[in-house]
Amino acid sequence: MTSTTYAHAPGFVAGDRPQIVTSRFEYDDSYTLERALATDGYAGLRAALGRSATDVHDEVKTATVLGRGGAGFPAGTKWGLTPQAVWPRYLVVNGDESEPGTYKDRLLMERDPHQLIEGCLIACYAAGLSQCFLYIRGEMALAQERVAAALNEAYAAGYVGSNILGSEFSVDIVLHWGAGAYVVGEETALIESLEGNRGMPRLKPPFFPAAIGLYGKPTIVNNVETLANLPWLMRNGAAAYTAIGSATSPGTRMVAVSGHVKRPGVYEIINGTTTFRDLLYSDEFCGGIRDDNELKAFVPGGGSAPWFLPDQLDIPFEGRVIGAAGSMAGSGAVMVMDHTTDIPMAALTLTRFYAHESCGKCTPCREGGTWLMRILDRVVAGQGTQRDLDQLLEVGATICPGDFPHASSERLGIAAVPFPYKMTTICFVGPSAYTPVHSALTLFRDEFEAKLVRRTFIPVTGIPVTAVAQ
Amino acid sequence: MSRLSEDNVRIALEIIGHYPRARSATIPLLHLAQQQDGYVTNDAIRHIGELVGATSAEVLGTATFYEMFKFEPVGKYLVNICRTMSCALLGGDQLMHHAEHTLGIKAGSTTPDGLFTLEHAECQAACTEAPTLQVNYRYRFRVTPETFDALIDDLRAGRLDSEIPPHGTVSRVRQRIPVDRGVGVVAPEDVTTAPSWMLAPEAAK
Repeated sequence: MTSTTYAHAPGFVAGDRPQIVTSRFEYDDSYTLERALATDGYAGLRAALGRSATDVHDEVKTATVLGRGGAGFPAGTKWGLTPQAVWPRYLVVNGDESEPGTYKDRLLMERDPHQLIEGCLIACYAAGLSQCFLYIRGEMALAQERVAAALNEAYAAGYVGSNILGSEFSVDIVLHWGAGAYVVGEETALIESLEGNRGMPRLKPPFFPAAIGLYGKPTIVNNVETLANLPWLMRNGAAAYTAIGSATSPGTRMVAVSGHVKRPGVYEIINGTTTFRDLLYSDEFCGGIRDDNELKAFVPGGGSAPWFLPDQLDIPFEGRVIGAAGSMAGSGAVMVMDHTTDIPMAALTLTRFYAHESCGKCTPCREGGTWLMRILDRVVAGQGTQRDLDQLLEVGATICPGDFPHASSERLGIAAVPFPYKMTTICFVGPSAYTPVHSALTLFRDEFEAKLVRRTFIPVTGIPVTAVAQ
Repeated sequence: MSRLSEDNVRIALEIIGHYPRARSATIPLLHLAQQQDGYVTNDAIRHIGELVGATSAEVLGTATFYEMFKFEPVGKYLVNICRTMSCALLGGDQLMHHAEHTLGIKAGSTTPDGLFTLEHAECQAACTEAPTLQVNYRYRFRVTPETFDALIDDLRAGRLDSEIPPHGTVSRVRQRIPVDRGVGVVAPEDVTTAPSWMLAPEAAK
């Protein structure tokens, strides 16, 4: 088993595995048109243009390219949801990656912008989309520069614009950049932001962006990694694509493993078959927990995902299996906590993130998220009471009524509740603020209790005297 | 307090020309204004409103939603230290503590010489390289107290000027759509038929 890192692509770790989206990462000039053309660049586009749009669309449907942004919805099916005979249709590329723990899209944009552009073109061709907006997160200066330069090169060389490669196919790709708001990663908020408004999600159902999106027209919103899969798919065909990975999750996917592991990194893994034990412990991937410590818990799919315990290590990285076990594959980000971790503090860092990033549209998230953060803050500071712990769960129940998904635990004798949850908010930011609190409090309540203030009462005066535990 | 300069108005019009509706250019133009002045001035907000056909209040409403826009002067270098989970697990808070000591300011404030503004940031998408920070949105990975101090020294001495532009400039490369290559924009309501490459196969059916 080999694993290779490159000085020019910090964080990425290559191995002896099939590479669908990262094959150019080994070259330090992988972002140039010259390198792209020398390594099959735009060959997928040529292959697509040689076939009818319907044909290309069918190929993508056959390959079941699952959305890599979080929800895991098949891209080919998504393209087919647009209403008949309503034009124009737009493509919006979601490059507003900011889920805690995730950074595959940034690498794909920084290291291989031409692959992304090619993917956008194939999607536009297959689904009849007449303009593409590439929305990149505001804080990613290097990704913006690389994509802008790549677009300029591609326009000059005739790969983007009117009559691409001498065909009928004409499409403009417009680079748009955000300005720092996590919630804009939600597709309707992304569209609002692209229209020049505050990035607040739209109420849905009834209308999803595929029906009424950008400027009120059908709009397809796809994640960067999803589109980056298309050039390879067009070059090699759906059969080769589905030959990799599991039946329900074909291909590969990028997974970032961070936190307390020996070799944190972004890996392109075989989708659906690689287990968390492989990911965390095998030499091919992370090589174990740092200092050979004991694993305490891990977050399987980005900051919004309910936590897993060491009991769940043998679950494969497959959306449905993870869902049934009480969490989600999400955006492919595993965060690992070893036994030295202060669990309430770890939960606070995530809840604080979501409380901070709430757009303020839905009351349960705007108020509830902030309450969760404040109460948790108090508990972590050693000033919480038993009542605070119950209050955390009560506030959470106003955001997510009913059973909240969680992992099973032998230690606690509880059974898994499958994903997803019920929610009183439009998007997932609200529930995500509660997720870490719920996971931490359900699985590690004793650690919270150890932090509580011990109150003793002096009967004569009745004045409470507080003393910190210990 | 300044409106967009003549050169920047030219760039602004080019950006607006990329979108079917001018309002869509609001955020890119706010970035442009911030690039010009280091922060977004009231005059620039009014000017952008005129350019995209929105009221100042609408532009301000959009601008205040987004974290990157500043409405008062900040330091030449904006230092954002990540404090979300992966960085917090690997010492993000200690790094912030050290940074506050080195710069002599608390998070959220600017040094008296106007060179550095220090801020907490949420996840910067570089979690395996924790703890991370960004200086004017340029990454620094696996930052230790020593490398942090060295970074500050380098910034003070101007040794990183070629890599890190002053606050306000994010991407130094701008997309240009050549007139002869671009498809051009059409108002959404003026399009009623499928694009030409879709017509052929659908007619054949």
